[in-house]
Amino acid sequence: MVIKRRNDFKNEIIIMNNKKEDKKVDVTNRQGSGSFYSTVVKDHFFHPKNFMEDETGYIADGIGMVGSPACGDVMRVWIKVDPKSERITDLKWKTFGCASAIAATSMMSVMVTENEGMTLDEARKLRPQDITFRLDGLPQRKIHCSVLGDKALRSAINDYLRKVGQTDRIEIEHGRIIDKVLKITDHDIEEAVLEGADTLEKVQDKTKVGTGDPSCIPEVEQLIRFYKEKYYGAE
Amino acid sequence: MRKNKQNVYLDHAATTPMDERVLKTMIPFFTEVYGNPSSLHAPGQQAHEAVSQARKTVAKLISAHEDEIVFTSGGTESDNLAILGVIKIGEADVKSRLGKDVIPHIISNELEHPAVLELLLVLQKRGEIELTLVKADKDGVLLAKNIAEEIKNNTILVSVMYANNEIGTIEPISDLGKLIIKNRKQTGLTYPLLHTDACQAAGYLDLNVEKLHVDLMTLNGGKIYGPKGVGALYIRRGVRLLAQVIGGGQERGLRSGTQNVPGIVGFAKALDLVQAKREKESARLEKLRDRLIEGLLKIPKSRLNGHAIKRLPNNVNISFMDIEGEAAMLYLDAKGVYCSTGSACASTSLDPSHVILALGMSYEAAHGSLRFTLGKSTTKADIDYVIKVLPPIVEQLRKISPVNLDMEYFSNGNKEKK
Repeated sequence: MVIKRRNDFKNEIIIMNNKKEDKKVDVTNRQGSGSFYSTVVKDHFFHPKNFMEDETGYIADGIGMVGSPACGDVMRVWIKVDPKSERITDLKWKTFGCASAIAATSMMSVMVTENEGMTLDEARKLRPQDITFRLDGLPQRKIHCSVLGDKALRSAINDYLRKVGQTDRIEIEHGRIIDKVLKITDHDIEEAVLEGADTLEKVQDKTKVGTGDPSCIPEVEQLIRFYKEKYYGAE
Repeated sequence: MRKNKQNVYLDHAATTPMDERVLKTMIPFFTEVYGNPSSLHAPGQQAHEAVSQARKTVAKLISAHEDEIVFTSGGTESDNLAILGVIKIGEADVKSRLGKDVIPHIISNELEHPAVLELLLVLQKRGEIELTLVKADKDGVLLAKNIAEEIKNNTILVSVMYANNEIGTIEPISDLGKLIIKNRKQTGLTYPLLHTDACQAAGYLDLNVEKLHVDLMTLNGGKIYGPKGVGALYIRRGVRLLAQVIGGGQERGLRSGTQNVPGIVGFAKALDLVQAKREKESARLEKLRDRLIEGLLKIPKSRLNGHAIKRLPNNVNISFMDIEGEAAMLYLDAKGVYCSTGSACASTSLDPSHVILALGMSYEAAHGSLRFTLGKSTTKADIDYVIKVLPPIVEQLRKISPVNLDMEYFSNGNKEKK
């Protein structure tokens, strides 16, 4: 899945899936529907799938957690892995967050476990955009609420690999961690810039970077300048 | 809005439905009395007369003179006119008294509505004013004495809201007014002036400007069962403002633009109606408010934001730990209960309520806050319905939530576990 690069992301996001079908997700013009969120988002928000009802007695092969309540989002993910096929056979979660955060984690749990489950390698490649796509889009200012679920998943996968002694396969988040609290990397900032965020405020809208760890903001600003020049040329 | 058990509107601080009587008063001014109040012919003079009558009504209700009322497009414009208008004139005064390098000083506080606070922060950033934000106590109460102590020789304006829009806390405007007048007497200066935003207070509190000792007061229609997009600024005789909207010289040159005649007529009618009923309605709502507070505080790990008594009769604001406000608000929405939240997720910025943070509460508490603001249509049955539907929602969201914080996290001074 590739995010189509656009300079003007004011009114819409355009997401392309693997089959190269273009799907236009209108995120701002929902006038008339009387609702801020898509039907799919509402379904997953009001009827969350696979959330962890009772931890007692649940034996997880890997557990991951990301976020902090002060920043407004915390996600915890439990996975069961079939050691032979390396498929994720079960995923349970808990989320502290708004409607989009809850719906995005719920949808992620469905995507990871459907069709006999993703392999660890497939699951690692899951990106927030894939989840947003399956949710029929999120309102522009809610995109950032969906970006933590996949991180919690990768953290659970790493936990599994650590437990089974395959530490050489542990993948530290692509790139370097910039925001230590939210585990946001330079790669996340690169993606935000690619999606049209050209100021610190806009990058924060997408990633929340710096809300838990304001000390990283000067570095974030530097990275935004760097990626803007890289992709859109010097100002 | 049609009303039944599944339609409980508890967001009156955001805006109110319009009173039918207000609408009825307004209707002729769209099609029958359509003239421009500035025109000298009969239709114009009819419209002019209607605006004059409205001005008289508003003036009388707040114990002011007609020439002290300027109609605007609402609360934000009135706040902006008050602040920007005073600065430009006050600046000249400060510079002539204290020298060219001195800029005007304004005193306000962290709990103000963005129409005041954001404006002041922008002006401070631009280097146009020196700004002091006085701290409130943990219930959002400001002390008049603490504010008056900050007055300096270049202070031109003190701006403090009458009642807070988020937590309903009522501020001691009258006491503050007295201290400011005393200060002016001592120095012999015309400054500082006192401005108050009374948008949330207008339906429930005494707006007598003589008792409040204010020089400028903001009012608007959309919070008092009147039309949105219309408001007024009270400007005490002798207070000089620089106009912010320049044009044809309407509203004594302070606010150009053809008057919104139906809006102004409706606004005056709405203010008349709410002020006539305010004592009775306040007493009725206080009971319902306290019933809701009592019912919701039975939910474990909850806390009331704002002062229990120095509080608007229609405001309930409670934080629930371990859940996020937007999620709770939307679950309530699905049950037909309409409220609002101080969570960052429901705002366009990434910041949770600046008011709840200013009380010394933690980010977690701000994220988990819900505001219910009662109104004319609110009944005991509505309150009991909320008390019935909210606890299972909080329980459900806590089940989904991986967070389980101690109560001590409510306060931001206590974050480290003991």
